[in-house]
This record gives sequence, C-alpha cells and structure tokens, in this order.
Amino acid sequence: MDLSYTPEEEDFRARLREWLAKVLPTLPPKPSPDDWPARRAYDLGWQRTLYEAGYADVHWDASPTLRLIFLEETERAGAPYVGANFVGLLHAGPTIAAEGTPAQRARWLPPVLRGEEVWCQGFSEPDAGSDLASLRTRAWRDGDDYVVTGSKIWTSHAEVADWCELLVRTDPDAPKHRGITWLAMPMDATGITVRPLRTLAGSAEFAEVFLDEVRVPVANRVGAENDGWRVTMVTLSFERGTAFVGEVVACRRVLAELAVEARRNGRWDDPVLRRRLGRLEAEFRALWRLTQWNVSGAEASGGVPGVGGSVFKLRYSHARQELYDTAAEVLGSDCLDMNRPWVLDRLSSLSYTIAAGTSQIQRNIVAERLLDLPKGR
Amino acid sequence: MRFQLTEDQSALRAGVRELLDRRFGREALRAAVDAPGRLDRELWRALGDAGFFALRLPEADGGVGLGLPEAVLVFEEAGRALLPGPLVATHLAAGSVAGAATGETVVAAADGRLVEWLEAADVVRGAVAGAVPLRSVDPLTPLHRIPAPTPGEAAADRRPPDGGETHTAAGSRPAEASAHPGSGADPGAAGGEHAAGASAHPGSGGHPRAAAGGRAAGSARVGGGSARAEAKPRVGEAPGERRQATQPPAGTGTGAVGADGTGNPAPDPVAILLTAAEQLGTAVRVQELAVQHARTREQFGQPVGAFQAVKHLCADLLVRTETARVAVYAAAVTGDAADIAAARLLADEAAVRGARDCLQVHGGMGFTWEADVHLHLKRAWVRARRGGGGTESEELLAARLAA
Repeated sequence: MDLSYTPEEEDFRARLREWLAKVLPTLPPKPSPDDWPARRAYDLGWQRTLYEAGYADVHWDASPTLRLIFLEETERAGAPYVGANFVGLLHAGPTIAAEGTPAQRARWLPPVLRGEEVWCQGFSEPDAGSDLASLRTRAWRDGDDYVVTGSKIWTSHAEVADWCELLVRTDPDAPKHRGITWLAMPMDATGITVRPLRTLAGSAEFAEVFLDEVRVPVANRVGAENDGWRVTMVTLSFERGTAFVGEVVACRRVLAELAVEARRNGRWDDPVLRRRLGRLEAEFRALWRLTQWNVSGAEASGGVPGVGGSVFKLRYSHARQELYDTAAEVLGSDCLDMNRPWVLDRLSSLSYTIAAGTSQIQRNIVAERLLDLPKGR
Repeated sequence: MRFQLTEDQSALRAGVRELLDRRFGREALRAAVDAPGRLDRELWRALGDAGFFALRLPEADGGVGLGLPEAVLVFEEAGRALLPGPLVATHLAAGSVAGAATGETVVAAADGRLVEWLEAADVVRGAVAGAVPLRSVDPLTPLHRIPAPTPGEAAADRRPPDGGETHTAAGSRPAEASAHPGSGADPGAAGGEHAAGASAHPGSGGHPRAAAGGRAAGSARVGGGSARAEAKPRVGEAPGERRQATQPPAGTGTGAVGADGTGNPAPDPVAILLTAAEQLGTAVRVQELAVQHARTREQFGQPVGAFQAVKHLCADLLVRTETARVAVYAAAVTGDAADIAAARLLADEAAVRGARDCLQVHGGMGFTWEADVHLHLKRAWVRARRGGGGTESEELLAARLAA
C-alpha cells in the first residue's frame, strides 16, 4: 500500500500546475449557461488549449494515475470542465479507439482531441431507460446506408453536437442484447428533430431526439452489426472509471466552504450540524481513497476500469446529495433562495442517483457481479 | 502510487486467516461463548509466537519489524474471526510491558470509563480504581465500569497523562487490583504507557522482562521476513500538527486528561485505528454470512438473494465494507489523525449497520443465540464505544475542516 507518487508523476503534476497558473487567467469569461452556441465555443476552445499544450489525450493514452493527477489538478485550479467534450472524450472517443477501424479512428478521433467536433449520446429511449437493451429505435439496411427511425432521450448537448453515438436495433428477432448496432450519426442529417427538455433545476441540459428515416452510412458502424451491446459496454465502463475524480475534489472544496459559512453565520455552534459536517469530511476523504484504490487497481489490470466503479458511484451519488442537503442546513431559510450558492447544486445533485445507471441498477450490478447473487426479481 | 496490497501484505493476511481458522474456528468460538470471561492463554501465547503483538516492534528488538499497514491487516482478520481478548491493549503494550510481545502477559487498558478484560489481565494500564463489573452485552467481552470520581476526590485522583499501571498477580481479584492503583507497578514500565502506541521500544526504561520480546525471534511467524514496513510519518500526526495527534482539538469538550473524570489519557490514535481495523473485519464477515444465507435460503421457489429487496441489502453491505476498507488502509499508510478519525467512523458504520443488515437477511434465524450474527453485532457495539465513541471523531474532523 503506497499513496506516494513517483518522481515522474510528481513532475507531471508540477508542470501541469505551472501551466494552469499561466493559462487560466488568459481564458475568456465563462458564457451564460443558457447560451448553447457560446458554451460549445467555450468548451471546444478549452479543449484546443489543452491540445496545443499536449494534454488533450490524457483521458486516453495516459496511465490511470496521470489521469487522476490531471483531473485533480485541473479541478483544484478551477479550470473549465470537460463540458460539451464529455461524450467525445469519455464515451464515443474511447469506444472508437477500442473498437473502430483505422479509418474510423483517423476520421473521428483527431477532431475530438483538437476541440473541433462535439459528440452527443443517443442511448436511452422513452421506453428503454434502466432496461437499455430493450431499445426499439430501428435501423434497416438500404444499400450503403442504414435508415433509422425512432426516438432517443436524455441526450446532452444535442443542439450543438456534430455527431451522435447511436444505438439502434438491427435485428428485432434476436435476443435483446444481440440485435443492437453502434452507429456514428451526423447530427446535420435530414430527419433529425431535437426538442430540448427542461430539468427540475430550470435549465435545458438535455433533449429528446426524434429520428424519422435518417440515413446513416454503413461505413459509420463501429464494430460488427448486432454487436453493439458489447461495444457499448466498453463505453459504460469508461464512464464509471475516473469520471468523478474532479467532482470529489470539488465536493471537498465545497465542504470547506460550508465550514467557513457556518462559522460566519453562527450555525457552527450547533453540535448536530458540526458533527454532520465532520461525518461528511470522513465520507469524502474515504471517497478520495476509493478513487485512488480503483485507479491503482486499474493500473494493475492494464487500465480497464472494473466493477469498483459501481461501488464508487453508489456511495458518491448518495454522499453528494447529503453534502448539498447539509449545505441547506448551513444556509437555513436562505436555502430557498435560488440566488444563494449551493441551492442550484442541491437541485442538480438529485440526478446523481439516477443518471448513468440508477442506484438500484448499480446495486444489481454489485450484487450479481461481485457477490454472485442470482439474477431475479 | 500503488494503493493496493503488496504480495507480502496479501500473504500476511492469508497467513493470519489460516492461523485463526485453525486456532479459533467456529467450535472454539462457540466454546468461548459458553465460558464467558475465560481467556485462552494457550491461544494468546500462540498469537504471541505468530508475532501478533510484536508485529510493529523493530526486528533488532525481537519484533517482526512491520508497520501499521500490516497491523491493520492482522487486526482485520482478528475482527473477522471474532477473536476475543484485549488485543489492541496488549499489542500497544508490546514495547513497554514485559511479556506482552510474546503473549506471556495479557494487558488490559482503561478506555474512558470502561475497561475490557480486567479480570483476565496480568497488567492493567490506566486508572481503574473501584472498577465494578458490568453485565456485558457481548458474551465475548467482559467489561468493568470505572466509577466517576465524586467532586471531592476528583482533584486528588487526577493523574498525569502517562497514568498508572497496575500489575495483578495471575488470578487475583480485580477488586484488589483496583483498590490499589499503581501498587506493584513495575518501575521500569511506569511512565512508558504514553509512548507505547507509536514508538516505544522494548527495554526502554530498562524493563528486565522486555527482553523476552525477543524470545520468538526466528520462529515461524506470520508475514515472514521479507515484508518491510513502509516509510511513514509518525502516527497520529499530519505535517505540522503534532498537537492534534494526541489531543483532541480545543472546543470538543475533551482535553488530554480527565474529561471522563477518570484521569486517563485521551485515546491513542493507533488504538482507534486498530479498533477500526477490527470493525472492518466484522464488516467483511457479516457480508460473507449474509451473502451465503441469501444464496442458499429458498423461499417462493428461489434463493432469497434473487429478490432485489434482499439483494440490495447485500450490495449495500459490500459498498460500506469497501469504503471502510480504503479509509482504514489509507489511515494506516498516512498515520494522520483525521484519516484515522475518518476510518473509525466508516468502519463503525460498516460493522454495526452491516451486522444489523446481516441479521435482517437471516430472518428469524438471525434472532437466535445459535446463529453467530448477534456475536458480531454485539462486538461491533462494544468497539464502537471505544475511544470516546464516534462523536469525538466527528468533532476532530469538523475541527480539521474549519482549520
């Protein structure tokens, strides 16, 4: 058990820190959350900055430990989030890198790294949420094209995306996991309608996407026809690997800010609240250690994130909600004022036990894959 | 960064598990339950021979020369096996109390107003004057309560933090021992207590019998000779934070001495960490028991573990266990007081809630004396009260947050 970093890793951290201190003050002001084109431009601009400095491919080629350091340091320094680059860098990109042909990798990966193209995700459907494999968006072969009809939901960045990683059903007669195909769909194709969805926090973070006989070239298929479920699992395991490193760092900062605010407004004198904050500090210390443990495990197993990600996600999503519920206690009646800090975050935290696999689905994964309990209801 | 067990550490843990399976299997466990208060001295010596108590003493002093990361693995296994006895107190005394390192001497220690295994111990550390037996909730942990001093006595009874040490002749009655705190105290060992946890060496203070700590050197031991202790800061210290190591922060209502009125020192962070490691072991074991039952017990024509209501209880058991595990292991590597406090909170939660959920998964069987579940729950309750309970740790972490 060793928590210290190698000289090479410390050197990487030091150079990154130095670079961040130099480059962050030169960034343009952050755009309004409602201005999607401006957000796209800002997020792509940041990715381009990373590319030019040699940090663009840290999510793909660096060791898990370097990735951990990168995410930790960028969060500490207050660097922009991955934002609109999320699907390209953390979902579609890694999938294409792992499963794509040389031509596909050459076509799609460099624009993601250079901050030129935005990807979105077309996985969930109105009738296929937790039971993703029951998805019904159909694709028929017609010459060199697939013709796709159906609808997708919870698609972030759909309004501004260039490409969509799309799961379609190509064989309705096969068992449900065996008839799915992974396609890269150009978002400017004819027949695509995007309808933004407003979240309970009031913002339009994602959209419904309606597909009406959209033509997607067969050359855009990654992996074999009807092998899309396996291809997809590669993507999902990436999401549950180091995806939350920056957020744990951010949560620990929020916790320290809560202590400052509680001391300022006098609520620190309430032992119940103070101890609740102490317990959260224990929780987030442990979540950071769990991240280091999982990263070290991934390092040992050749970089593949394991089921440990489900353990992390279960604990973290709950802890994040508890953090912002505690923030509400620190704020008192101000927790009802949307202009106060943390109130919007409290609303956003409600998605954490649902998005990217609900806590109930995660528990099934943990119970069936780690504890070998029988499948059933 | 390689935050995983090394091969040596995995081998150490497996070795201890094998030893405890052999020497303290289920039959021995149930025999111990049927003879409450009796400590198996032969087993205790076997633990000593295996290096259980001398684990962190330097090899030059007859110890195994390993560090806290190895110690938490060993105590995790002890917790998993429900091994009875004042394990933490004797381990911490190995550097300063004669015979503790080899398992010849059983050492108990006052912890706040409670003391475990007082009657069975040869040496009692801390002030235990007037201690009276409790009807312990845990059949495997005899307990005495140390009375709060009356206001008039309080001042006279107050002792320096390095406290007293009571030696009892084997088989002596605790009333005698506690009536004369400090009587018969070994001059060589007195005053050694405070440092015993982190850095005491056997023989410091010129204790003649401490040399016995070297007796088992060269015999077959858990861990073997190849494992090395990893470099680490002094236990209980964050950089630049010497004071918080042994003293809870100001404003938490406790000083180094006497908040509990007994005059005994504030709990040693190492004792808290090793207790957390035992709690982790309990969490591991109740998870195993729950999952085993959920896989084999059938109702409505299928294993109950196929029902999500049961399956999800089991998943939560694992999540709590694995979160506690990394907290305990990391605290053993850093030795930081706040990391130890965090480990303690998560391990208490994993053990106590884990045992409760395990009981629930067992249904009616879980409520019986024959099932082992209650033994794990009760021990977890006892350990959760050590070192001032979880609120002390929450306050320490809150203070760190506000610092």
